[in-house]
Amino acid sequence: MESHSVIRAERLGKRYVIGHEVNREGYKSFREVLSRAARNVTRRSVDLMRGRAIVAGDATEDFWALRNVDFDVMEGEVVGILGRNGAGKSTLLKVLSRITDPTEGSVRINGRVSSLLEVGTGFHPELSGRENIYLNGAILGMTRREIRSKFDAIVDFSGVETFLDTPVKRYSSGMSVRLAFAVAAHLEPEILIVDEVLAVGDAEFQRKCIGKMSEVARGGRTVLFVSHNMTALRSLCDRGIVLKAGSVRFDGSIDDAIGLHLADTDGAFGTVSEWTWGPDKGPRGTDLRLLRVGLSGSISPGPAFRSDEAITVSIDYDQGAAIRGMRMVLQIVTGNGDVAFSSTDQLIRTQSSQRPGRYRSQCTIPPDILNWIPYMLRVGCGIPGQQTIIPMTDVGRFNVRGPANRTAPLGGAVAPPMDWSLAGLDGEAADAHGSAVSLSG
Amino acid sequence: MSRTVDTEQQKPRVLVLEPGRAERHYWRDLWAYRELFAILAWRDVAIRYKQTVIGIVWAVMRPFLTMVVFTVVFGQIANLPTEGTAPYPVMVFAGMLPWYLFATILGDASNSLVANTHLVGKVYFPRLIIPSSSAVVALVDFAVSLFLLAGIMLWFGFAPSPRILLLPIFVVIAVLASLGPAYLITALNVKYRDFRFLIPFILQFGLFLSPVGFSSSVVPEQWRLLYSLNPMVGVIDGFRWCILGGDSAIYWPGFALSLVVVAVFLWLGVRYFRKTERSFADLL
Repeated sequence: MESHSVIRAERLGKRYVIGHEVNREGYKSFREVLSRAARNVTRRSVDLMRGRAIVAGDATEDFWALRNVDFDVMEGEVVGILGRNGAGKSTLLKVLSRITDPTEGSVRINGRVSSLLEVGTGFHPELSGRENIYLNGAILGMTRREIRSKFDAIVDFSGVETFLDTPVKRYSSGMSVRLAFAVAAHLEPEILIVDEVLAVGDAEFQRKCIGKMSEVARGGRTVLFVSHNMTALRSLCDRGIVLKAGSVRFDGSIDDAIGLHLADTDGAFGTVSEWTWGPDKGPRGTDLRLLRVGLSGSISPGPAFRSDEAITVSIDYDQGAAIRGMRMVLQIVTGNGDVAFSSTDQLIRTQSSQRPGRYRSQCTIPPDILNWIPYMLRVGCGIPGQQTIIPMTDVGRFNVRGPANRTAPLGGAVAPPMDWSLAGLDGEAADAHGSAVSLSG
Repeated sequence: MSRTVDTEQQKPRVLVLEPGRAERHYWRDLWAYRELFAILAWRDVAIRYKQTVIGIVWAVMRPFLTMVVFTVVFGQIANLPTEGTAPYPVMVFAGMLPWYLFATILGDASNSLVANTHLVGKVYFPRLIIPSSSAVVALVDFAVSLFLLAGIMLWFGFAPSPRILLLPIFVVIAVLASLGPAYLITALNVKYRDFRFLIPFILQFGLFLSPVGFSSSVVPEQWRLLYSLNPMVGVIDGFRWCILGGDSAIYWPGFALSLVVVAVFLWLGVRYFRKTERSFADLL
């Protein structure tokens, strides 16, 4: 077995230093460093004079994104990595892809690694599709000869032949995603590391991507795959690793991993029904960023709602410039990753809501629509048919409880009550007709 | 942390990621990523010349106008001597070529990492590639200026000496002289974003501290060695020696000193860059 291990992580840890004063992006200005140093010296000398112990690092705090992570990946294994946001999935992939250094422990990698942490890394809008294929291919680690030999296959897969010599800035967002994925799909590494790239593109294209991914997986390559799409994980992977707060919580069959992950996230997301982001965080796009997304029920405060109450979703955002034809979209997604439904504010948008400023788009989901299962709320926005400003982004989970007389959920993404009637057809019971029996009643 | 070293040498394809481990095969890696270097350089050049006609005009006009001003100020008003028989504008332009090469590399490189944040956060490659590839754009601008120099020399009927064949050597020195400080500032700029404000300052002062508008022969003999601590002095003298020929002479002790300063800066720059590059993704 030893010789087949292609990735071996031992006591892997990654620490980030979070500054309380330092601005969040990690960089700082030299001026700031000087002034803080001066302040520290003064404070310390004051402490020293008063005989107090010098406390170092009270302005910063350590945060372990990964701690004591151990696992072995054998050649040809397809491993799904699960965990809620902030569990350390992306950090793990970054360490494995050599983008960032571990703080402790080690990883041994035996084979050529390609990592796909994003679709279309390095795509340049001014360059043509053809030029971007070469650029993106080189960035992903392909040689020019390799790209040339696969060029036709890439173009074929992407379906943008006619626009090869058009600058990518004139592409629709769907087209550039297709082109980008086409390049990535033709990578032939021994080990492939993929992060949530299937979250983009339309359903049809996603299916094509999953098909391509399973082809790669069946070709005997080792794949590490992060996704929130449980359907994709289940169909691609045989093994799942669940991360929680930076450590391996579970390592075993993908079905058990998914079950555990879903149970986990229900609990974890079950305390908040409002998500806010600071000025430099959160989902953002050109000239627009989300400030807050909140859920509130007409009866309960959330995030556990009753199926017979109305749930109001409010999306606050800051629009930096006038955007014509923009609309806000919300999606309610089941635990399997299936979209239960989508809704947009397109019909109520007016000229005046194009102007820059802060807005709140609010949507009320009527009672008696949702099933009594956990859901994920996704938010995104864009100009239909032209531009994706913020791709559909997972915001948070909420739970819906069924009526008191029902415990097990019905099958399906939604469970609106239907009008049923029951009538005896033998003659005598004819007047029993019309008694609507609502399942949720 | 050395327990894995032995096995690693037996199986060279095994990659070990550990904290604080210097990249053992850094230079080999850099070589392996040469195609990425080429394609990034090509991208920068393509975009520079695709986006703006003004970009090309600017590459030509900037040194040309500076030359005119310097010729008037230093040559006419201050009445400083030229080198040998060369017309003053030709002498100025020969000094301006390496100066603008230096200025462009320093300016472009120091911003390059911040401008390529998305690459640094998503893909691994030796980060040294990014500032280095922006030097290629500067070299393309330099080549354009070289044509302009040829035009000016034709206009004045001034023939270059055969020493011009040695020019490539001095171009290499000029690039190395620029890359040292460029790596240093690029790396510092990732951590301290206000370092880039230092660059206009360096370039502004450097333009007058370096013998661009005048010949370094006007510097008094006893100060020349000290003056050569500025690495651009040796580079500019070298350019003039190649292009102007004839009586243009290099002050060799100063030139040697300039070369040493270039080497020291390059060593410092590469060292600091490599020391910090693994934390770039966390900082950007």
